[in-house]
Amino acid sequence: MNGAVLAFALRRAAATLALLLALSLLVFALLYLAPGDVARNLLGTRNVTPEALARIRELHHLDEPFLAQYWWWLSHAVTGDFGTSIRTGGQVGPLLLDRTGVTAATAGLAFLLSVLAGVPAGIATAVRRGRPLDRVIVAASVVGVSAPGFAVGLILLYVFALGLGWFPVYGTGEGFLDALWHLVLPAVALAFGLGAFVVKLTRAAVIRELDQDYVTFARGRGLSERRVLRLVLRNAAIPIVTSLGLMVAYLFGGTVLIEVTFALPGLGSLMEESVLFKDIPVVQALTLVVALVVSVTALAVDLSYLAIDPRVRARAVRR
Amino acid sequence: MTEGPVTEGPVTEGPVTPLLDARDVRVTSAAGVLVAGIDLTVAPGETVAIVGESGSGKSMTARALTGLLPEGVHATGRLELSGQAYDLAARTPWQRIRGSQIALLLQDPFTSLSPVHRCGEQIGWALPRAGRAAGVARLLAEVGLPSEVAGRYPFQLSGGMRQRVAIAAALAAGPGLLIADEPTTALDVTTQHEVLELVAGLQRARRMGLILITHDLRLARARADRIMVMYAGRLVEEGPAAEVMDRPAHPYTARLAACDPPVTHRLPALPTIPGSVPRPYAVSDACAFADRCDLAVEACRTAEPVLAEVAHRPGNSGHRAACVRPSDVRPVAAPLLAVPPAAAVPPEAGLSPALLTVRGLTKRFPGSAAPALDGVDLEVAAGEAVAVVGESGSGKTTLARCVVGLERADGGSVEFGGGATGPRRVQYVFQDPYSALNPGLTVGASLAEALKAAGRPRSEVSGLLDLVGLPAAYARRRPRALSGGERQRVAIARALAPGAEVLVCDEPVSALDVSVQAQVLNLLSNLRRDLGLTLLFITHDLAVARQVADRVYVMHRGRVVETGPVGGVLGAPAHEYTQRLLASVPAATRAE
Repeated sequence: MNGAVLAFALRRAAATLALLLALSLLVFALLYLAPGDVARNLLGTRNVTPEALARIRELHHLDEPFLAQYWWWLSHAVTGDFGTSIRTGGQVGPLLLDRTGVTAATAGLAFLLSVLAGVPAGIATAVRRGRPLDRVIVAASVVGVSAPGFAVGLILLYVFALGLGWFPVYGTGEGFLDALWHLVLPAVALAFGLGAFVVKLTRAAVIRELDQDYVTFARGRGLSERRVLRLVLRNAAIPIVTSLGLMVAYLFGGTVLIEVTFALPGLGSLMEESVLFKDIPVVQALTLVVALVVSVTALAVDLSYLAIDPRVRARAVRR
Repeated sequence: MTEGPVTEGPVTEGPVTPLLDARDVRVTSAAGVLVAGIDLTVAPGETVAIVGESGSGKSMTARALTGLLPEGVHATGRLELSGQAYDLAARTPWQRIRGSQIALLLQDPFTSLSPVHRCGEQIGWALPRAGRAAGVARLLAEVGLPSEVAGRYPFQLSGGMRQRVAIAAALAAGPGLLIADEPTTALDVTTQHEVLELVAGLQRARRMGLILITHDLRLARARADRIMVMYAGRLVEEGPAAEVMDRPAHPYTARLAACDPPVTHRLPALPTIPGSVPRPYAVSDACAFADRCDLAVEACRTAEPVLAEVAHRPGNSGHRAACVRPSDVRPVAAPLLAVPPAAAVPPEAGLSPALLTVRGLTKRFPGSAAPALDGVDLEVAAGEAVAVVGESGSGKTTLARCVVGLERADGGSVEFGGGATGPRRVQYVFQDPYSALNPGLTVGASLAEALKAAGRPRSEVSGLLDLVGLPAAYARRRPRALSGGERQRVAIARALAPGAEVLVCDEPVSALDVSVQAQVLNLLSNLRRDLGLTLLFITHDLAVARQVADRVYVMHRGRVVETGPVGGVLGAPAHEYTQRLLASVPAATRAE
């Protein structure tokens, strides 16, 4: 049994690795999809002299076949060497590392906030379906889902930073608590839309489970409402976990705009700057990092099924 | 023994205080009344069956008695439980009642247990924490399951075992009254019998009251002390089981009993009830059955008849009916074998050339241990009706799907009149008429689409509808506006649209009420006669096979275990499995 589960997990991990490999090929091809001469693109705004072009060609092995170039790029990329940034001239790896902390903290905080607020709110609305509290929260979540994150961010900035002065307007702060204090508004702005989405999907999942026969039967044999709710939540966990996994991809899209709005030096703003500057090595690295995070999350969701759904576990063993 | 009540329990309201005494139970929704005032008593050890077709309000009554009505549906009335009175309209303390006094057992053990919790946990929740494991083992033993089942998940068990687990869970808190809502409808016949025997035994041992909600009059007769017949939200007849079945005093009871096909012989045509059940709130100041009743007089249409004692004989035992002419009601005599059973059938089916030949068909679904089909041979002659009977997992549906090409067999051949099958010649009728029709298309559009596939014009739609006994105006309706029986007629019309010679019917009547089932079976038999159709009929119901088929194949675990003329196989079964199937059918309604 446990061996079979491990084999299943390894198979899934191998599949994820294959997916990442395919994605990296696409990411590498970005260099060639950009219009114009590759060497000139890599030179960026530096002086285009025949010597510089020749040096770039040699540095990037541009004279070799495409696959050889890809291999050369990939073997460096896995060690964290993504080449040189066109814009800054520095190494891409350390640049990325430098910016990761802020983004991870903002996105992590936003994810935590939206789950901690959204899941209980979703459960509360599902249990009180059709009553006033349900209507209020559902209406609020419609607003949340439809309001763009950067707009929410601007309003928050206007009210809580400029108006009331409770939070800083921009920057990252010094030390842990100060840093946290600086990240509250961006995280809340990001969590607003995300949390509304979590409310809606939790509500839908719990309502679906509440309508199941096993709930009627549980009540019909006298189990307490608390027990019935626990029963429902255990079953509703499966669709909720799936959707939370999908949300991670959405989270990255949201961070770009939020970081720009709050002038945070994270991966999102780096992405914005690099795209504007056609800094292809950085864009490649960023895309690969996002792909890595999203596919690892998907893998984690798949593996979490093994823990929460015995039917999936049984199927994994049988195969 | 399957015949007769299993307990010597009190049948009349004697000195024994009833376990449950419900008065004037009414259930209403926004649309109107669903159950129009029902009185119900159950004594300790007594079995009361509430019998009715879909829409009769029987399940709503059960839900009202346990406070489990769906959102937007409300109950009123008085409920007395072991001497304590409750008002159903007020805030009833259901937490104190459910489990320890009344438990509700549901129909489908595939959905009534949580899929992600082990069976032992689910049974144990109602037990005190101390000694829970021992309690679970004791309950499992009581329902005839080994204690290892506690560690299994529901999906690892068969339907019958799951229902046993559900019964153990329902009994965990020691209820004095069990309400079982169609507890065996979702199970195979042999399992049904075992589960019913189990419930009867537990009832005896625990001296428990039982309310059995069922659509099956035969089952009610075999299992209950008293029967209550509901129709359109009203109680139309009640009394001792044998009395109600042998001397029905309401025309509906009499006709409903007649719709149930016998397994012992074939009827030239099944008795039906014309029309359909009205919505409970659509009837006022009239007998709800008046429009479908051939005994109806003026008085039936001006006032609702009250439930009154039927005077059969002195010292009547509580036999009551809501009919103005109870003494004119007679059991509907099913027309006996006046016509030779196979009127429309070639006399020697074996002599006519085979239209459909199946040889050595094998099929194994990936991931399953046993093959679904393990070398099946089958032959159907032109114009013949052949039934394939078997329980779930026997491979009968897989066989049907392979024949029409919905499933690809691993090995063997399906030949059709010497060649391969083609869509124009074979058509399929699905089990569930609710999901078989596209809800977005009108009936006319669905049929026109099927006609177009065969290159026939849209103008033939009304002819098709006429063929299945539906008015031409139905072409403009959507499936949503049709009853189950009407939908199945449309599905049959759609199958006929390409001019099919062979109709493969996969349990086409198992989702329908008995009175509607009889109508659809008669329709199929008429179509056979008029169009010379050939039928391959898949069913789990031996009585239905008896009525429809000339020859029968009995399937068990992917193999055909017995085959022959239907009279021979069901009259004198040779294989042990066929005998077991037959023994599980509840005893027939009347001595034939």
